Formats: sequence, C-alpha cells, structure tokens
Amino acid sequence: MDPITEGVIRAINLIVTGDREVFSIAALSLYISICSTLLACVWSIPVSAALALRSFLGKRTVKGLFNALIGIPTVALGLYMYLLLSRSGPLGYFQFLYTPNGIIIGQCILVTPIIVSFSTSALESVDPDLRMLARTLGASGYQVDAAVLREAFWGVTLAIVAAFNRAFAELGVAMMLGGNIRNLTRVLTTAIALETAKGEIALSIALSFILLGIVMSLSIAINLARRPS
Amino acid sequence: MSAIETLGLSKRYDSLQALDEVNVRAPSQQVTSVVGVNGSGKTTLLKILAGLELPSGGKVFVNRHEVGPDELRAHCTMVFQKSVMFSGTVYDNVAYGLRLNRSGSGDVRERVRSALALVNLEGFEKRKARRLSSGEQQRVALARALALEREVLLVDEPTANLDPANAMIIERAIKESAKSRIVVLSTHNLPQARRLSDRVIHLYRGRVVEEAEPSRFFTSPSDERTKLFIEGELQY
Amino acid sequence: MSFMLSRSALTKMQAVLVVAVIVIGVVVAAFAYTSLSPAPKAHLIVSTTTSLYETGFLDVLKTNFEAKYPNMNVSFISQGTGLAIQTAMRGDADMILVHDPAAETKFLQGGYGVNRKIVAYNFFIIVGPSEDPAGIAGKSPSDAFKLINSAGESGNAIWVSRGDNSGTHTKEKSLWKSVGLNATVLRTESWYLEAGSGMTATLKLANEKRGYTLSDIGTYLMNFNNKNIDLVKLVEAGKSMLNVYSAIADDPRNANMTKSNFDGSMQFIKYLVSDEGQNLFDTYGVSSYGQALFKPYIKLIQSQSDPTLIGWIQEYAFIGGSECPPEYQYQAEGLYSTQATVPILVISIPVGIEDRKMMPWTRSLKV
Repeated sequence: MDPITEGVIRAINLIVTGDREVFSIAALSLYISICSTLLACVWSIPVSAALALRSFLGKRTVKGLFNALIGIPTVALGLYMYLLLSRSGPLGYFQFLYTPNGIIIGQCILVTPIIVSFSTSALESVDPDLRMLARTLGASGYQVDAAVLREAFWGVTLAIVAAFNRAFAELGVAMMLGGNIRNLTRVLTTAIALETAKGEIALSIALSFILLGIVMSLSIAINLARRPS
Repeated sequence: MSAIETLGLSKRYDSLQALDEVNVRAPSQQVTSVVGVNGSGKTTLLKILAGLELPSGGKVFVNRHEVGPDELRAHCTMVFQKSVMFSGTVYDNVAYGLRLNRSGSGDVRERVRSALALVNLEGFEKRKARRLSSGEQQRVALARALALEREVLLVDEPTANLDPANAMIIERAIKESAKSRIVVLSTHNLPQARRLSDRVIHLYRGRVVEEAEPSRFFTSPSDERTKLFIEGELQY
Repeated sequence: MSFMLSRSALTKMQAVLVVAVIVIGVVVAAFAYTSLSPAPKAHLIVSTTTSLYETGFLDVLKTNFEAKYPNMNVSFISQGTGLAIQTAMRGDADMILVHDPAAETKFLQGGYGVNRKIVAYNFFIIVGPSEDPAGIAGKSPSDAFKLINSAGESGNAIWVSRGDNSGTHTKEKSLWKSVGLNATVLRTESWYLEAGSGMTATLKLANEKRGYTLSDIGTYLMNFNNKNIDLVKLVEAGKSMLNVYSAIADDPRNANMTKSNFDGSMQFIKYLVSDEGQNLFDTYGVSSYGQALFKPYIKLIQSQSDPTLIGWIQEYAFIGGSECPPEYQYQAEGLYSTQATVPILVISIPVGIEDRKMMPWTRSLKV
C-alpha cells in the first residue's frame, strides 16, 4: 500500500476512534481562533460602523489601508508581533510569548482588517435610501444606524466567519508567537507542520481532515442558515 | 384651519437651482398635488417638507409656526417613489415607526392591522416584505406611513410604476386618509391629479407657475407653460 | 397571543445581540484575567536544539521532571542552536540546552548566561547512500570529507548541509575547515545543498537526493528505524565527531532577562545532572533502537570508565579549563562540587592510562 493511502486510512482511524491527541489539538485550535475572532469584533465592528456610516477626513485612506492589510502574510505579522511581545520588547511585561493568549493577540490583529473591510462593505451595500426611510419614519441618529446594522446582519456575520476561517487556518502567527508547544500552544496548523516534518504522514493527514472539515462545515452551516432571506 | 406652507423656499445644488422662491400652502383634509415634468423640483420640495433636506433659503410653517427640519420630521412622513422594504415581515415594516416610540404592544398590533386594511393587505402580516410584488410593496410602504398617524402625509409619485389595480388601491387609500390629514402628492400623472386633488400646483424649473383647483387648472390654465404641460408638449 | 406576535421578530434580533454581547464579554474577561494573573504553575521555557527535540527525548524529560516537581510546567522551544541562543538572549527563554561550545562561550562571555553544565554527549556520524559513490565507508572523518569534496566536484556525490546555524551545522563547518576547505565557498557549488531545516528534514532531503550528510546519532537512528530514510552510517568514529550537550541558565542580572525564571532553570539543570536525569539519558532509545541515543556525561565522570573520552570532551567543550569558569557562576551552590579527579591534558600525548596517572602535572580539580 502506498504511503498516501496508508496515511488516509490511518487518519480516518484516528478520527473515528477519537484519538485524544488529535482532538485536544483541534479543541485548542478552535478555542484560540474563536477567542481571537470575537475579541477582534469588539473594536472592528464599531470601526466599520464609523467607516460606513460617518464621514471624516482621511476616511478613504483608512478604508484603503484596511483593505490592503487583509492579505498580510502571516509570517510577517508573526515576526513583528514577536518583536513586540518579546520579553525584551515593548510589551514584554505581559510575557505573552509561547502562551495561547499570545497567539490570540496575533490572530486578533490578523483578522481585524478582514472584519473591518467586509463589514464596512456590507454596511455600505445597504440601500442608501434606507437611512432616509428610517428618518422619515421617526428614527433618531442612532436608531438610523441600528436600522442599517440590522440590514447588514448577514453581511457582518459572513465577515466574522471569514475572519474565523483565516485565523483558524493560518500557520505563521501561531508558530512564531506560540512556539508549537505540546498541550499548550500546539494547534492544528502547527501540528501539521511539525508532524509532516517528522514524517508522521498519517497524523498530519488526520489533522488536515479535521481542519478542512471544520472550515467547510462552518461555511455550509452559514449558507444554510442564510437561505430563507 | 391647520396647514403646512412655505414662504420663499429655495434650494440650490452647486450650479442647479432646484427650487426658487416657492410659496405653497397645503391645508388639512385636502389633497394638494404638485405636478410638473421630471426634474422640476417636486421631489426636492417634498423632501424639504419632510425634513429630510435643508432648504438654502426660505421658511416652512406648520399651523402658522415656523418649523425646522427636526420638527418637520416629527409632523410629516414621506412615501418615496421607489419603496424600500426592511428585511423582515410586513408586520416588521409597518410597525417599525411605532416600535421606535415603544408604544404598548396591543396598540401597535391594532394600528398595523388597520393600516394594512386601508391598502387591502389584511392578513399579510407574516409575509416576508421583500418577497412581495412591487405593487404590494408600495402598498406596504403607504400603510407604514399611515400607521404613524402623522399630521402630514407626503407622497412622491406613488403609482409611477404600478399597474392599474394597485394604483387604484393606493389612490383610494390616499383619498381616504386625506379626510384626517394634510396630504401633499407629487405626480406627473394628470388624470390622477385631476381625480384626487383638491388643489393643483404646477412646478416648472423650481418655480410655481400655476396654482388652481383641478377643474380650472386642467380646462383653462392661465400660464402658457401649464397649457403645454397638459398637452404633453412641455420640455424641461 | 398579541403580545407574542408583536414581540417576536424584534426580540429575536435583540436576543441574538444580547447573547453575542454576553459571549464577547466573557471572552474579553477571560482573556484579561488569564493575561494579567500569575500562572498557577511556574512556567519554564527551555530553548533547545532540533536534534534533541525530534528524537522525542524532551517529552520524556518533561514528563519525568514534572512528575518530580508538579508545580513546574516546562516548555521546549526547538530551533537551531543559533536561533535558540538568540531567543534566550532576548529573554524569551529561561535557559538553553544546546550543543555548540563556541556559541555557548560567546553566550557566557556576552553576559547572557550563567552556570553552564555539560550534561550529555554522543557522536556525529556521516551518513549516505548505501552505494557510497565517494567511497568513504570506514574512513576517518578528515579523509571522508576530502573524498566527498572531490567526488562532488567530479559530479559523483552530493552533500546536504543543515544550513541553519545549528550546532550540527557549526560542527560541519569546522570539519570542512579542518581539511582546509571553506564551507562559505562550498555553498556556491552545485553539489553542496543547504536544507535550512532541522535534522529530520535534512536527512530526508539527503535521502531523496542520495546524498551525504552529517547527523547526530539520535535523530538518525530514529528516522532510520521509522523507515523515513534508508541512508546508512558510513563514518562513525573519531574525536572530531564528538557532540556535547550543555545547559546554561539565563543570567538574571542581564537587562533583557529580568523576567527569566532563574529558579526554575536551576532546578531543571540540577535535575539534568542528577542521577535520575542522567538515567534518562542513559536509557532513552534502548528499547526502540537497541542503543541509547544520548550518553550521560556526569555518569561518565563519576565512573571514570573512559579517560580518553573524558579528555576529548573536555578538550572540545571546556572553556578556559573548566565547564564553567567561576566568573560565570552565579548562586550555583552544589552545582560544581563533585569530587571527581579530572586529568587536564595540556598536550595531547598518546600515553597509556597508567602512565597518565603518574604524570606530575595531573591535578585534582573540583568539577
């Protein structure tokens, strides 16, 4: 049997038997990426609301900046965050390196442009006459914004899902800031890299199936939930 | 008698003078129509009356009191030419304005029901608003405005894209609601203006060039441009 | 009933919003709490080499150490030795466990490290394809390198280097140097490949290309046994192939290292040189590979079973006459007080063991 087939079979076996190592890595990955996405929402959504619903000097530059940062290479970001978070660096007081919280911070920064850009887009594609409509029906300033936000709900949700996918599937930040430490900062992507380098193909394949499985399930679930609209 | 009126109302967009020294008066329990070719300033006038735009000059009075845009927004509500539906049900749409003020829920339910009845959409509460036909959506938009029970109803070319059946329902609802309101209607549908209005105003390039009750307006207008307009020969 | 209908759509959206806010609030609170509160267990970060890491030995070390000291949580960051040292220099690791005496010396001399202890050793080996096109099997290391060089130039052999400033890479460079060749020049040759990766990746590359490479015995045996590679051992012996592992703690007086876990490092280093720790070195790999992947240094000193070997190690890995000159010792009670008698070879003279013991310049030294 060639190594690929053998790997796939062993991978299915690992998943079906609920191999503890595999699933604890998956759980940690989920935990870290969910946390980082939710944390990023805290500032990203207000920022995108401001960008979409208010005008100010330099708005176009700011929007352009966020758009440009969507695809920032994760290793580059990982490197800069590493220098910032290093014990001898400006944020060294918190000792974030080689801890899950360190990865969370890095991924927060990583996904912020995604949430901001996509949400702003979603908000802007709400019918401009809607604001006028809300106002003529009696809405105050904030109520008008709320109406727009409500209309853009699915757009914003998609932005958040896209952000989560990016965080969940990235390698550079998790590797640089987490150090791939077993049971502490070893997530699906770093584990795949490590196990492949060690020649543990079956384990790598198993992990990659879980990675893909979660990402795809999430996308499918969101699309299904969206349908009656 | 209560009325909404303007004095020397003007609106300028860059190089375009959209409204120029407009004086109009729309009393309550009447339908006042504003007619004119496309681009004559009808929509702009209505938006200013609705408090959705600021005039460049002039004043607006409600019941003899001068009012600014905030007060106008409280007194008036506008139905646009192309209706916008909130995502959600018909009920959500019609109840939107009512819920903003957080009236008691029983009250809201009743007001929605009677507003929908006015436009022949009883029973439509749970339908998804965006799935309705454009005619039905326009009727929802009208019901939405009527449910607020505001003093002034402004309607901008309400039947421009509608088939005769829907148009008739809308016209009937407008006529009915005028019994307890001030209604200002803009249209370029002349028979409609004739049918519905108690008073017709002709707006040409932002200026009032004729104002009369319908029979005189349509049979013997005094202004040359009005004559051309009625015959369909008037260019912008 | 009317109550429910009018409330339904509005509160669904509001409910979603409330839930979202609560969840986010919890996440923010948890993040802040875990970031700012001190960890329940003391965290020790050890910067180490890939050759120790990839064999799985460190997992065993961690399990046993934490079993003995349950309040400790050890994390190993494995990088090439060069990188491992840089990480420690920034204070991002609490101590290093590496195998490059020259770099370790600089680490001490730069004021970054204290309390160096040699803990284990093994040998590098040259591995290559069984067909051995350069004909190096059984030769001395110097001859082997010369043969590989000429075979490479005539297009018959390929050499794969770590290329990552690791301890293995440094050793390789010094071996080239010892036969008069400069690795920096060789890099540009087409037969000299640089993997830029850890030992396993380098071995696999050499395997693919049917080339020769320098490896530590531990990683090689592991990969060979797992059938990742089928390269064979061609040159195993020789003083120049010695591979010595040492541990050095961060100097807590260094400005970058004020947050380093000095106590934890000392605890770990003492464990490494304790009987229990040394036993781990002695036994790891025996069941899987038939031989221990690493050899305990302290035990070697205590038993004095091979003075030649001890001499080699000390000549190769000692700094200024000892494993840790006194100026680089700091709060090191108990660490340097084994009562072993260690002969210092000032000159390398091939003499018999008995003769050496009689030489007047043999001295007793506290190690």
